[in-house]
Amino acid sequence: MRFSHLHEISALCAEESTTIGRLMIQEQVQETNTTEEEIFRQMSDYYEVMKEAVHRGQTQDTVSRSGLTGGDGKRLAEYLRAGETCSGDASALAMAYALSVSEVNASMGRIVATPTAGSCGVIPGVFISAQERFGWDDEHMVHGLFAAGAIGYVIANNSFISGAEGGCQAEIGSAIGMAAGAMVELRGGTPEQAVHAVGLALKNTLGLICDPVAGLVEIPCIVRNGLGAVTALAAADMALAGVRSAIPSDEVIDVMLEVGSAMPSKHRETAKGGLAQTPTGKRLTESLTRNTSIKKNKS
Amino acid sequence: MRFKDVFSIIGPAMTGPSSSHTAGAVRLARVARHWLGAQPDRARMTLYGSFADTYKGHGTDLALIAGLLNYDTDDHRIPDAEQWAEQAGMTVEFAVNGLPAPHPNTVRFELWKGEDQRTLLGSSIGGGSIHVQQLNEFRVNLTGELPTLVLLHSDKPGTLGAITSALGAAHINIAYMHVDRKGRDGEALTAIETDSSAPAELIAELRSLPHMYEIKMINLKKGAESDAV
Repeated sequence: MRFSHLHEISALCAEESTTIGRLMIQEQVQETNTTEEEIFRQMSDYYEVMKEAVHRGQTQDTVSRSGLTGGDGKRLAEYLRAGETCSGDASALAMAYALSVSEVNASMGRIVATPTAGSCGVIPGVFISAQERFGWDDEHMVHGLFAAGAIGYVIANNSFISGAEGGCQAEIGSAIGMAAGAMVELRGGTPEQAVHAVGLALKNTLGLICDPVAGLVEIPCIVRNGLGAVTALAAADMALAGVRSAIPSDEVIDVMLEVGSAMPSKHRETAKGGLAQTPTGKRLTESLTRNTSIKKNKS
Repeated sequence: MRFKDVFSIIGPAMTGPSSSHTAGAVRLARVARHWLGAQPDRARMTLYGSFADTYKGHGTDLALIAGLLNYDTDDHRIPDAEQWAEQAGMTVEFAVNGLPAPHPNTVRFELWKGEDQRTLLGSSIGGGSIHVQQLNEFRVNLTGELPTLVLLHSDKPGTLGAITSALGAAHINIAYMHVDRKGRDGEALTAIETDSSAPAELIAELRSLPHMYEIKMINLKKGAESDAV
């Protein structure tokens, strides 16, 4: 790849009068020695999987394997149809779809890791709700996924994308940054604006710990995917309006690395701290352990 | 760069709920199956670290069984893998081990097919990526990202030269190579990660080399089946 930082992406796009999505396709062709058609088909297949996951979460019961979660994506869509949302219809739909995809994930359904399974709801939530709203075709959306991929590539290689390494700021934060930048591009914003959106979004997730109850990708992961989708939309709006990230986005990514490295291990997916160790978190964990051992004794 | 391309960020398509505990587990088990070269009759998997602590809730056990059945990370049969294994006549058992492991998400496979017994030690390192550290107690360093030839041979001069010459003549580029031996003059294992799959003729040629015991092909490309090798 010819870029390893966001400022290099916007410089390359400016020099070559191209978009982040098109730049990423070109670099991927070069890197993997495959054809553009093949790469585009692969990403289109992934987008189909995302759409199926939204559909499944909105139409079927998605109770997780633990039984702890499920049905919130549908609940939110029903509330939206009843009118009177607080955050606006666009936000509520993105949230509903993001929750649905995360719930499909928790129920062992099929999803795409974007960038991980724990953060798989944010990008489909933002993309699919926006596609319905703006009437874009699938090809446009797939270009957007390449833009999201380019942003994620920079974050992953300069900081981290997994909660176990850098806390939830790394996992959900990366997804939000990717979705925010891609949304700017989908709306016709400049690559420079897209890069600002990434920094604006990441600033709001810095320091977020990874504290899953019982170590499962459910509480608080699912809800954070929903809220993450809204943060991405908001950051995209700021950037499209001309708001700039006063601290350059590449420096925000470096801060994520600094903060994540300083996080104690109890706040990095070990379930030994945070929400996982609240009285309720502990009670849920114990009840799951008890059920498992009952099942074990029976078998 | 730790992450090489766009699809290491967007993707894989997978069955939830965790890229580390589910997708990575499927891929580790697929490598184990390809290393055995057949579907095992019996499998015993020992889980370490976070795998040992949370495998039930993440379906890591189902993912491991699915990989042994050669399913891909997004196969819809993963949640019912136990039943499919039973139908396929494969017996599986799980054990947990509290000892320190090379990585928090580590699993050790013991696989049996008739008289043949194999072991593999590997870890799931995040986002569905894996690291295989041992094959039958030989040290290796494999990712499963590239087609991989595993050759068991005796530790004799000229063997590695003959192997690499044959690959070169067939225009197969070696990306990474790992060699380990049990002792001087003893059994040796060479694992070669290549940029493209080795054709059947090349494998036949390698098999006919002196001091060669056997060759296995590990290929995690979607739907790839290496049992025939």
